[in-house]
Amino acid sequence: MKLYDSTELALRNLRESFLRNSLTTIGISVGVASLVAMLSLGIGLQKLAGRRLEKSGLFDTVIVTSRRDLRSFNREQEDNGPSPADSPALDEPARQKLEQLPNVIEAYPDVRFITELRFEGSPHLTMVAGLPFSSKNNDAFDGMQGSFFSSDSAPEAILQKSFAEELLGKTPKRGAEDVNVSELAKSLLGKELVLSYTERTATANTSSGASESADSAAYSVIRHQQILKIVGVSDLDPDSMRGQARARVFLPLKFAESLHVMQASDMRDTTRLPGSVPTYSNVSVRLKSPKNVQAIEDAIKKMGFNTFSITDATRSMRQFFAVLDLFLGIFGSLALAVASIGIVNTLVMAILERRREIGIMKALGASDADVKGLFFAEAGAMGIFGGAVGVALGWTIGRIINIGTNVYLRRQNFPPEQIWFVPWWLIAGAIVFSIIVSLLSGLYPASRAARLDPVQALRYE
Amino acid sequence: MPPLEASKNPIAVLAENVCRHYQMGEALIRAVDGISLEIRSGEFVALLGTSGSGKSSLLNLIAGLDRPTSGRVVVHGSDLASLSRVELAKYRLHTVGMVFQSFNLIPSMTLFENVELPMRFAEVDRNKREALALKALERVGLAKRKKHRPTELSGGEQQRASLARALINQPRLLLADEPTGNLDSRTGTEIMNFIREFNESLGMTIVMVTHERALAERYAGRMISLADGKLIDDRATASAATAMMRRGES
Repeated sequence: MKLYDSTELALRNLRESFLRNSLTTIGISVGVASLVAMLSLGIGLQKLAGRRLEKSGLFDTVIVTSRRDLRSFNREQEDNGPSPADSPALDEPARQKLEQLPNVIEAYPDVRFITELRFEGSPHLTMVAGLPFSSKNNDAFDGMQGSFFSSDSAPEAILQKSFAEELLGKTPKRGAEDVNVSELAKSLLGKELVLSYTERTATANTSSGASESADSAAYSVIRHQQILKIVGVSDLDPDSMRGQARARVFLPLKFAESLHVMQASDMRDTTRLPGSVPTYSNVSVRLKSPKNVQAIEDAIKKMGFNTFSITDATRSMRQFFAVLDLFLGIFGSLALAVASIGIVNTLVMAILERRREIGIMKALGASDADVKGLFFAEAGAMGIFGGAVGVALGWTIGRIINIGTNVYLRRQNFPPEQIWFVPWWLIAGAIVFSIIVSLLSGLYPASRAARLDPVQALRYE
Repeated sequence: MPPLEASKNPIAVLAENVCRHYQMGEALIRAVDGISLEIRSGEFVALLGTSGSGKSSLLNLIAGLDRPTSGRVVVHGSDLASLSRVELAKYRLHTVGMVFQSFNLIPSMTLFENVELPMRFAEVDRNKREALALKALERVGLAKRKKHRPTELSGGEQQRASLARALINQPRLLLADEPTGNLDSRTGTEIMNFIREFNESLGMTIVMVTHERALAERYAGRMISLADGKLIDDRATASAATAMMRRGES
């Protein structure tokens, strides 16, 4: 019998016992719906976590450190490659070389130091970091109050929320409700901060000396003060994930560099000449696309530097979500497994009911394959309908969970989030899975129907 | 076709010492017990016997619905025992048409769909099926009732529809199991006239199971009587002799 005929006969048979077949199909739908809802939630959560990380603006950034620095992000890098003494210095020429690598937008040094900032006469100690002007377009500043730096060399500062709270003496106690950023910004924007820092300058005899002997590498440390204007207060932490030292005050990078602030790395690198060729503790390399991360990392490692990227850090996160999705998928499939028993039951009942009909068909010349095909087509049709309705149902459940969660989030003064996501492959996959499960369930009933002895079946009343 | 003329025809059905035994608990039931017979192409044979005599079991063996315990059944040259399940299904589809006492139409289908069903198994083109099914229904006078379901029809009409279905794939052998058993005598006659017509005009071989001797005498050319699974009598009927005489006179 042709597939078209099997399908047509199967559909008419399904219509004949409409109630029973509908109930079975609803069973499949519930199974598929739970699978879709579970997986869409898992995928949604993964996307949410991914988005949070992407907002840090560091998915497309590789952090380069010198092997001379003797501090590394992982042991593997320490064991491979040249020894620290043979490896190149991470200085201005090296930075320029990094910038010339393909698919690199920019390479900028990490300038950060701990220093004292005075606000309305009282001192506050914190980590200050330079921020490249390109960060202006970073998602991290979406929720910022005020504005970004007016130029790359302006004496301006953007404060992190926690520091703003500290300046105003509003540091929230544990468990107390969060202070609104816009309130903090109102009393801080446009006001002045006094930055005290120590500048590292070459001593006079070094600049006039002809050779770069160890003796001539002397420098002096001079204390300076600089007035900064507060232009922005940021809710999110634009510096998150970047090493252990978190900055809470940000200056334009060029401006920060021009201050020649004494950096921690200078202490370890005293033999080098200051001023003429600046060396950096680390350089951030920003790429055109996160896809290039691995290739660029490899290229930089070949140059003899150590690298670190968020992609490394998220590898374990992706692993976690893969396991989570697997478990959610298994739980979701349980309902489908129960539904598949429903299919077996319905079809076995149908065989009992249609025993005589099967006998007649065989007497008329239907082969075993024809009878089998008919029951398969019925199981498959239930799978298709069940799958389609189930996907719609799962989508609706996911949406309701999402709306419910967002109502709750809004009540708690959090921004709404999309915690549920249904990709097209999940829709197609769920329907295909439902059909496969249905066909597998039809396997036993179909072969049982095909094996029926026509003489016995015709005698059956 | 009269038996004497048919005797020159090739053998349609050959049974050689056919047995069909069933084990029912301790007891062995010998439904068919060593029957040998020959049916020539174009013959109209009635299998007579009381209930339990083995006539329906023999018919099922000829129909390829059942396999003999021993002996062999050869229909139009092919030994049914040597056919695979698939080949046996093809044999039932193309060589045999069956009519049952209880009509055996599928109740969820219309008359048209019932008649069309064997063509679906034979994979006849969809566009040819409609015309063929309508023609078959017209032949038994049911074209106007094609959209009715079997339960909406009288017994006689249902049996006519099942005749139309049996003929749809143009089989050479029509097997009828008590075709008038559930009908009153008037509609029974009507059905028998159709069967006789198929025998005479289409040259179909007919094997009909019945327990009504009068019916067999009137329509069949040959009567084979069975009792306890054994063949006890095989002879030409009076109607065959009459027909022969009629032919001789003319």
